[in-house]
Amino acid sequence: MKRFTVLFGLVLAGIVALSALVSLVWTPYNPNLVSSSRYSPPSWTHILGTDRLGMDTFSRIMTGAQTTLVVGILAVAIAALIGVPLGIIAGMGRKVAGELIGRASDVLFALPTLLLAVLLAAAKGASVTTATVAIGIATIPVFQRMARAATLTIMSQDYVLAAEVSGTPRSMIALRHVLPNIAPLLGVQAAASFSMAILAEAGLSYLGLSASPTTPTWGRMLRDANLFAAPLQAIIPGAAIALAVLGFNLLGDGVRDYLDPRLQEVR
Amino acid sequence: MSVYTIDHVSRRFGSRRRSTQALNDVTLSVKEHERWGIVGESGSGKTTLLKILAGLDSPSEGKVLFMGKCLDIRDRATLGDLRSSVQMVFQDPRSSLDPRMRVGDIISEPLRSPLVKGKVPADADARVAEVLDAVGLPADSQRLFAHEFSGGQRQRIALARALAPNPSILLADEPVSALDVSVRAHVLNLIDDLVDSMGLTLIMVTHDLAVVRHTCDHVGVLYQGTLVEAGPTAEVLNNPREEYTRTLLASTRLGHA
Repeated sequence: MKRFTVLFGLVLAGIVALSALVSLVWTPYNPNLVSSSRYSPPSWTHILGTDRLGMDTFSRIMTGAQTTLVVGILAVAIAALIGVPLGIIAGMGRKVAGELIGRASDVLFALPTLLLAVLLAAAKGASVTTATVAIGIATIPVFQRMARAATLTIMSQDYVLAAEVSGTPRSMIALRHVLPNIAPLLGVQAAASFSMAILAEAGLSYLGLSASPTTPTWGRMLRDANLFAAPLQAIIPGAAIALAVLGFNLLGDGVRDYLDPRLQEVR
Repeated sequence: MSVYTIDHVSRRFGSRRRSTQALNDVTLSVKEHERWGIVGESGSGKTTLLKILAGLDSPSEGKVLFMGKCLDIRDRATLGDLRSSVQMVFQDPRSSLDPRMRVGDIISEPLRSPLVKGKVPADADARVAEVLDAVGLPADSQRLFAHEFSGGQRQRIALARALAPNPSILLADEPVSALDVSVRAHVLNLIDDLVDSMGLTLIMVTHDLAVVRHTCDHVGVLYQGTLVEAGPTAEVLNNPREEYTRTLLASTRLGHA
């Protein structure tokens, strides 16, 4: 059963990645090509039909996968690159440093992603970049806390004391012992945050705080769809978002299950 | 010459109002080539004492002289002296060997330290092979991970790491108590032989008086953070002056009878 869910997650995530890759070189139609056949139902010429401007929905869904993946990867990268070092410092350093980082993290955690996105969009103009940066910043505390907690566990291991007796500087202990040993946990967190980022970006797109109208994204398509004139045009991007989030979540859970026995062994 | 002079050392943990006294006014002098066994039950402060000697902790009161100089772990120069000549073997090799490092990297870690200086051999790889041989492990163990070895072998790896930078003092925290009874004697004999052949000063913490009798020529008895008795092993164990030492002896005799 476990194997099946992981496999299912892998397949869903694989489909997203594959369509993003294929859309780089080929889509059935130019995703921004406006045609006269508006709101046409699925047919052989338009597999998933067309939207209110007659643009091919299948092509737009494929191209939208690019944005979804890029936002997920970049947002997680921003959060991890800032959050993990801060978390390790908080877990290894003096109590004062740990407290400072912890409280700063709390403040940031209290700031909703939406508010950050509105602020950035107001300052720089709404784009996929501002949305990604907003999601990334809002996710920093998640990685910071995770990394701190994991670091504290590692610091209680004797091999850290042994490294210290061996004359290894604290910075080297962080790189050589702490980081490799907390990496699996961070990987699981990254998978979970990845799907959260996809969902958040879709939400921001829906509110018009992300991609411009010419960039096809799933959230944007959801926003532009007319539920009464053509319900399918709202259901399709909605289903794409739901399935992608489900896929990456299942994948993350799979990685966690796979790592659990090892974690028990470490303790 | 005195390697360690422990001068009225106390160590308290916790806040001022609710504190635990781990060590209470301990005074002891360890001379070169002596083999000290520090005995006491769990919570007697023996590991705390060892951590202070290893420069992993500082006393709340009193001071420790190392090679005649006051040991201050915030001072890089004195800490460098300490790290260059003192190494330590921990109780549980499952915890003291990094699960994500190869044995070769684990053993060469002290050789790569910027603090360890002087006697460090130039060729790290050759040195790793040398100490692996000294602890009775094949040279190709280097490429493996610690979890691929048995408990006794892991403790040999930990011992190899401690010996790699050519220390003159070896600290050992219950080095055999986490091991299977069947391999304890092997590891203990190995420590014995290596201390002999390398001319080390040994300070070993244990709760097992049989281990002390076997390996150590001096013994200190800790009871609730206080050093109640210290002196040559034969003298203390055959003719104990303190009530607590007698109780300790009686309890182990029961266990071994």
